[in-house]
Amino acid sequence: MSDKVLMKGNEALAEAAIQAGCRLFFGYPITPQTELAAYMAKKMPKVDGLFLQAESEVAAINMVYGAAGAGARVMTSSSSPGVSLKQEGISYIAGADLPCVIINIVRGGPGLGGIQPAQSDYFQATKGGGHGDYHLIVLAPSSVQEMVELTSLAFDLGDIYRMPVMIMGDGALGQMMEPISFDDVKKYEVPEKTWATTGTKMKRKRNIINSLYITPDELEELVWEREKKYDVIRANEARAEEYMTEDADYIIAAYGTTARIAKNAIKTLREQGIKAGLIRPITLWPFPSDVFNKAADTAKAFLSVEMSTGQMVEDVKLAVNGKKDVFFFGRTGGMVPTPAEIVEKIKEIDGGVK
Amino acid sequence: MSKTNEVIIAGFGGQGILFAGKVLAYGGLMCDKEVSWLPSYGPEMRGGTANCHIIISDAPIGSPIITEPNVLIAMNKPSLDKFENAVVSGGTIIVDSSLIDRKVERDDVNVFYIPATQMALDMDASKMANMIILGKLIKEADVLTYDELKKGLEKCVPPSKADLIDFNMKVIDAGYNY
Repeated sequence: MSDKVLMKGNEALAEAAIQAGCRLFFGYPITPQTELAAYMAKKMPKVDGLFLQAESEVAAINMVYGAAGAGARVMTSSSSPGVSLKQEGISYIAGADLPCVIINIVRGGPGLGGIQPAQSDYFQATKGGGHGDYHLIVLAPSSVQEMVELTSLAFDLGDIYRMPVMIMGDGALGQMMEPISFDDVKKYEVPEKTWATTGTKMKRKRNIINSLYITPDELEELVWEREKKYDVIRANEARAEEYMTEDADYIIAAYGTTARIAKNAIKTLREQGIKAGLIRPITLWPFPSDVFNKAADTAKAFLSVEMSTGQMVEDVKLAVNGKKDVFFFGRTGGMVPTPAEIVEKIKEIDGGVK
Repeated sequence: MSKTNEVIIAGFGGQGILFAGKVLAYGGLMCDKEVSWLPSYGPEMRGGTANCHIIISDAPIGSPIITEPNVLIAMNKPSLDKFENAVVSGGTIIVDSSLIDRKVERDDVNVFYIPATQMALDMDASKMANMIILGKLIKEADVLTYDELKKGLEKCVPPSKADLIDFNMKVIDAGYNY
């Protein structure tokens, strides 16, 4: 008899957020993440929380901005076209140094695109979809259980570093069910939100939430200050899973659903005598560059496999830094790579690389 | 050697494809197997084709997307057309012969025909062909035992509908004994 339950990725994310203390959710429905909002609509009133379906994604992210400023644990979720609409608000939230969690259950793009799984929002998520010098911490789960764990981590990291955190899944992860448990989810100590605009009660100086700095030297100083914080995050928060990399000649770089498909391919390759392994970035920003750079000392070549036309491959190349060749294989538009296609590509590389 | 079953159930939206998959997945969960359940989603759920990928394994599951199922349940002709050639050699195909008027063309797979939709109608359970076919599945393929399937069903029927479990089992029995 198992205590585990089966839950869809979208529902597990929602429940994990509630268990992490999120009591405010603002969103607007879109396939393939609708179950998340539906779950929030059902559950939030039962925990004295608030689910609000905003009139648009733009409104939803600005509600998040307000709630975050008041120090609440707050979340919004959407899928690709909706996340594009949120970018202005995300930039403001980053510029005001506020924590919040943003979910993107990615679907095929650009434009309205399609509704099938994709990873083509990697650039938007990791390189700043909005304007200005800013980053989000971007977490990329590859199982429903990891969606639970990373949701809790997202809220904690957001509070620790005072910044927005994005969880990037894809349509398949959002829709699939796997056994999960909410026990033993790791919690981190987070600082008190002394900066929140909760009313001075005439006992302290007022707090101001703002992203407008009209004097350039003042703004520059603030942006560099924030960059120092990003350096700390780059140094301390990069996470990756390594799978069969120790003796690997070929290292596949893949995250999310694609990483799971790559594992199947790696098993097949190893049965055929080709030593392949996987580095799966769990944080897309900060990118786990050190893991790749170190692997480049022993591996012969790298292959980035993505549901895009080639986005993360640029970060893999930067990390490998010319030590070894980095190849790319991708499907896009809602098409998912098959293990057989990955096996084929590695064999092709194996034929050409000495 | 670890055992893995990769099952695709496919048919029309409304035939209970996703629910049948859920019963299987819960059956696997209840006997401490690794399981994954991946539905097709989007417009096809509303009247078009629907399918569901279920993996039940002793080992951790890699890709939840099945490209080479060892079991296919085809509940309409487009589904059989789409997935027949994907089934691994030596695999199993179960066909709802009430709705599919052709035979499986391959001779390297185990094929079972069962008029599930008609049988369900005869039992005054028009929407339960999915349960008929699950009964047939567990008899003919080594996916779950009868008791494991029952546990799966009990787990995924909400308490408010618990009175329906017995009738579901009766329908499953009809498929099992066909």
